[in-house]
Order: sequence, then structure tokens, then C-alpha cells
Amino acid sequence: MENQFFVDSEHLSPEALEKKHRLENEPSFRKNHMEYMSGMEIIESDVCKNVMAQMNSYDYSKYTAEDVKAALEHTTCTIEDFKELLSPAAEPFLEQMAERARLETSKHFGNTVYLFTPLYIANYCENYCVYCGFNCYNHIKRMKLSMEQIEKEMKVIADSGMEEILILTGESRAQSNVEYIGEACKLARKYFRMVGLEIYPVNTDEYKYLHECGADYVTVFQETYDADKYEQLHLLGHKRVWPYRFDAQERALRGGMRGVAFSALLGLSDFRKDALASALHVYYLQRKYPHAEMSLSCPRLRPIINNDKINPLDVHEKQLCQVLCAYRIFLPYVGITVSSRESAEFRNGIVKIAATKVSAGVSTGIGDHESKYSGKETDGVQGDEQFEIDDNRSLDKMYQDIADEGLQPVLNDYLYV
Amino acid sequence: MNNDKLIIGGHEFNSRFILGSGKYSMKLIEAAVKDAGAEIITLAVRRANTKEQESILDYIPKGITLLPNTSGARNAEEAVRIARLARELGCGDFVKIEIMRDSKYLLPDNQETIKATDILANEGFVVMPYMYPDLNVARDLVNAGAASVMPLASPIGSNKGLATKDFVQILIDEIDLPIIVDAGIGRPSQACEAMEMGAAAIMANTALATAGDLPVMASAFKNAIEAGRRAYLAGLGRVLTRGASASDPLTGFLRD
Repeated sequence: MENQFFVDSEHLSPEALEKKHRLENEPSFRKNHMEYMSGMEIIESDVCKNVMAQMNSYDYSKYTAEDVKAALEHTTCTIEDFKELLSPAAEPFLEQMAERARLETSKHFGNTVYLFTPLYIANYCENYCVYCGFNCYNHIKRMKLSMEQIEKEMKVIADSGMEEILILTGESRAQSNVEYIGEACKLARKYFRMVGLEIYPVNTDEYKYLHECGADYVTVFQETYDADKYEQLHLLGHKRVWPYRFDAQERALRGGMRGVAFSALLGLSDFRKDALASALHVYYLQRKYPHAEMSLSCPRLRPIINNDKINPLDVHEKQLCQVLCAYRIFLPYVGITVSSRESAEFRNGIVKIAATKVSAGVSTGIGDHESKYSGKETDGVQGDEQFEIDDNRSLDKMYQDIADEGLQPVLNDYLYV
Repeated sequence: MNNDKLIIGGHEFNSRFILGSGKYSMKLIEAAVKDAGAEIITLAVRRANTKEQESILDYIPKGITLLPNTSGARNAEEAVRIARLARELGCGDFVKIEIMRDSKYLLPDNQETIKATDILANEGFVVMPYMYPDLNVARDLVNAGAASVMPLASPIGSNKGLATKDFVQILIDEIDLPIIVDAGIGRPSQACEAMEMGAAAIMANTALATAGDLPVMASAFKNAIEAGRRAYLAGLGRVLTRGASASDPLTGFLRD
């Protein structure tokens, strides 16, 4: 069964509807997703070629239980071992994988779990990504916070005790330009020890500017590494250009960012191939930029406003856990973030095995932290959410729950130098 | 034995166990001080850089020497900035230099470490550089003003023990500063072995942090380190592994 992503809003004009339908139904009406748009920097890099060669030749059906057992016995996990651990043949070995993953996590991270919260400052978007609540054809309340509003939101979050923040926007250069985001970073440096960004991909010099404004970590989700599938899901806008997105982390590192984060959105395409490509994207970049800090996320599809039927298809919790254990065994040194898309039960369990960072006190809407944190109705206008979250625990609750599991919650382990 | 002090930068310590900072928890600090007898505790400045109510600084018992480290630094310049920040935070004059340009194995960058040691020693810090055991680098560190030299035993967090044993031995034999074995010590027996070789002290963290029973493991390390130290001071007996000695002297035929 496939997800049914297309929803027509009654608020669209006949012309807009016609364009939307043509984008959805006529591949030739859409721009070439492999062709850079003007202004997009092209860098020389063989990382993409290496990742794609591995992904395209990955036949996970050929592996056997014997292969998986051998992979689990190897001291160092090779790419071939990793492919075995991601295969269906490894599913019966989930408990053994979890044990090995827990060992690797404890060697590299001890019992620490880092906490952070996202802050959406704008939800305008020029892209038509069919599964996303912010897509330009979805009828939602749009909003872009002013600097005063951003500062107010940051104060509310900082007062809760949070020290690491991830600033997000919808992908609209017109509404949320790089200077606007840079100013938000400068404000964030006043209230937080660690400032991360999850925005539209930009050029190296723009990453450098944002780094100077105080950001030090860049997250870009490739969504799916299957470029053909990507083309069918990202129908309009800058995000449609698959290779420009792929090289975003490398540009960010060249721009001076300390670290970068990666992910595929599991459920969009073949999740085993996407998981392989995500980890290899990290692996090859780490070899090229050994000083950089790297982390992986593992989001699954979630319902959005106006389409509550979107779901992660064949990526159930067991498969998600398998992917995360395989990530940990293959890349013991990378951070693994599990967001509030997942349930409290899943997150409580996975921090004991593989995850090293979780979000808390989460809102994916715009300008609603005061009402969400204090429970009081505010008169301010609020923008709608990108997707529905599952785990809505506050920072205090999350902190306590992690401590109760015998782990050490950590609000900051970071210096901007 | 009673006068056997560890002296670093003119400061005297009775304990030869130093708690590393990688995986910290309040329970670990408590066990290290109470059960392992630690008098020096490493503190990652990046972690102390917090407004968290549970600041690590509040949990360091009185009388304990703080050893802030520069983890997070990717070059000498960043290490120097972090060391100065540590001083501003009230962490004292000790500093452990850690410079990593590799996020996978966290191996120290020896060249940058020499540069940072030079700058910080000139600023009056008691500099304890973490390094990959290389004799030439160790000599450069001495000349740069280091107060001790801290070679790694094996990759950090690996619990693999003295993988660099022969090279650490060379440093012990050739360098006049205290050689403190840092990183990779996973068992009390490995700590004991390093002390028998003549190491001045042992730094460990993961070995304790990941143990089943923290206080018991902490006391096991204390005993092992003390045993190794006593053995070193006593002078080890004949090392038979180099070949059994003949009962009749091989050179007994020599006349004049």
C-alpha cells in the first residue's frame, strides 16, 4: 500500500489548482531535479558518487543468518557487515544487535543523553513536497516571527532550563532570508550554549556567515537518497534539486561549522537502502573531514494538517530499532537523535541502546511556546505545525524520566570556539 | 612508601589515580574520591560551561584538585582559549591539553599539543598534555614547559589496555617528568602493569563508569595502582621471559 499524499485545498485558485495537478500528473511539467538552479554553488566532491555506488548495488535479499552472525562477531564493522545488519536476515537478531549497540554506545558516550529543543521561526515555504505540512499548496496558518517575537520565544525556552536550541524555518529564501536567520542566531547565542540550524541548504559563504552569527551545527535531511523517488515527492521549488541538497553538509563544513547532521525520512522509499545511504553519507564525509562531528536522525513519516492518513508504511518500530542498532554498530562515534515524532515508550527504550540525543518541550508550530509551556492562552497569532508530534513531554519531565532510567541527562557539552 | 608523593608542577599528591572526564556522573565522582582515593578530577570545560543547576563544579568535593581539560579543541589556538576560559571559571591553574582533529578515534594531535603547551606554560599554567606516545614529541613537550606527559595506552574509551606498552616504557625511561598513562586502561590489572613499568599515575574513566558496581571497581583500581607502585619501588625480580639464566655462568671460562 502506498501513501496518498495529494490533497486539494478549497482555498486554491483554479489556476493554482491546475498547476498543482499538472505537477502531480505530468512528469515533463516538472523541472529536472538533477539540474542546479541559478545561484546554487557546485562543489567538487566524490562523496555522492561513492554513496550512490554502494546504494545502487545493495541487494539486501541475498544475506543469510550466517552472514549476520559473522557480522556481529567482527570487532570492526565494515561496510559489508553493515549491509548485513540492515538486511531482513538480521531481523531475528534484533536483541543481539541491541546488546552490541548498547556496548558501543556506552564505550563512546557512557550513560549520557543530550537534550535539545527545536524552535520554528517561520513556516513559509516555496516547495511542494507532498508529504510535508508546510508545503506551499497546503492551507495552513503561515507566519514568520519578528526578532522581538523570536527573543520572547527564546526567553520562554531558556527559562525552562534548555541550553541547546535548533532553529528551523520553512524553506523560503524570499520570506526567511539568510540575514533574517543570521539575526536569529545572534539572539540565540545570548540565551543558549549551542545553536543548531535546520533550514534550506545554502552556499558555503552563507554557511560561513551563519557560523559567524553563532550557529555551529547544520542539519539537512536528504529525505530519500533514491533520486527517482525524490523527484516524485518534491515537485516544485529549490528543494527539488537533489544534488544541491546532498552536498549541503559538505558546504557547511567548508563554511566552518563544527558539525553536521543527516537523515532520510524513513517510509518515503526503500528504507533499507535509505538507511544504508544515510550512514554512508556520514562515513565518507567523516573520512574526508575527520575533525567534524556528525550525527544521524531517523525520522519516520507522520500525519500532517489536512492529511491524517500519512504513515511510515513498512517501517515499524522493530525496523526502526534495527536501523538504529545497525547505525550504532557501524558508526559508534556518531550522535543519534530521536525526535518527538516517536512515542515516549520508544524513546525511553532506545536511549538505553543507541540514541544519544532527544528533544523535549517540543512544538513544531510557530510562536506558541508561551502557550504550550505555561498552558495559558496568549493573544498572539500562531503559525500551524509541520507535523504531529507523538511525545510531548516537557524538559523537566524528560529530564526526570531519563534520570529514572539510570542515565545522565546532559543539557550542554559544548563550547563555541 | 609514606614519602612517596606524586609531584606535578610543584604540587604534591598522595593518590596516583586521576579520574578522567569522558563519562561523568555524580556517582562516578563520589566513587572516585571515596573508593579510589582520587585527589585530581578532570573536568571537561565544555561540559562545565552550563547553567544547569547540577553543575559539576558544585559536586567536586573540597580539597580535590580540578584538572580542566580542553576537549572540543581542534587546534592549539582553540585549546588556549578553552584553558583561559577554565581559569576564568575558577578552575585553577592546572590544565590538561586535549586537541583532537579526529572525531572518530579521538586521537590527540601531537604537533598542535606542543604549540598549546608552549603558550600555556608561559602563561603560568600547570600543563599536562595528552599525547600519542612519541619520544621526540615528549622531549618537545618537556622543552615547552609541560608539568607531566600523558601518553595514551590505547584508543580512548576502548578499555583495551596497554596497546602502546613499549612506547610508553620508552617515555618512562627517557623523560624526567611524571608519565601519566591516560586513555584505554580498562582493568585494574592493566593499571597495575603500567605502574609496575614506572608510570607515575593512571588516569581512567570509562573503566569505572561502565563497571557493574562503581564503588567496588573504584577500590579495585586503587589497590591495583598501589600494588603496581610498590612493585616498581621494590624493584622487580629477574625477568625470566628474556630467557632462563644458566646455572653455570656463560663467561666462567674467562681467565684475566
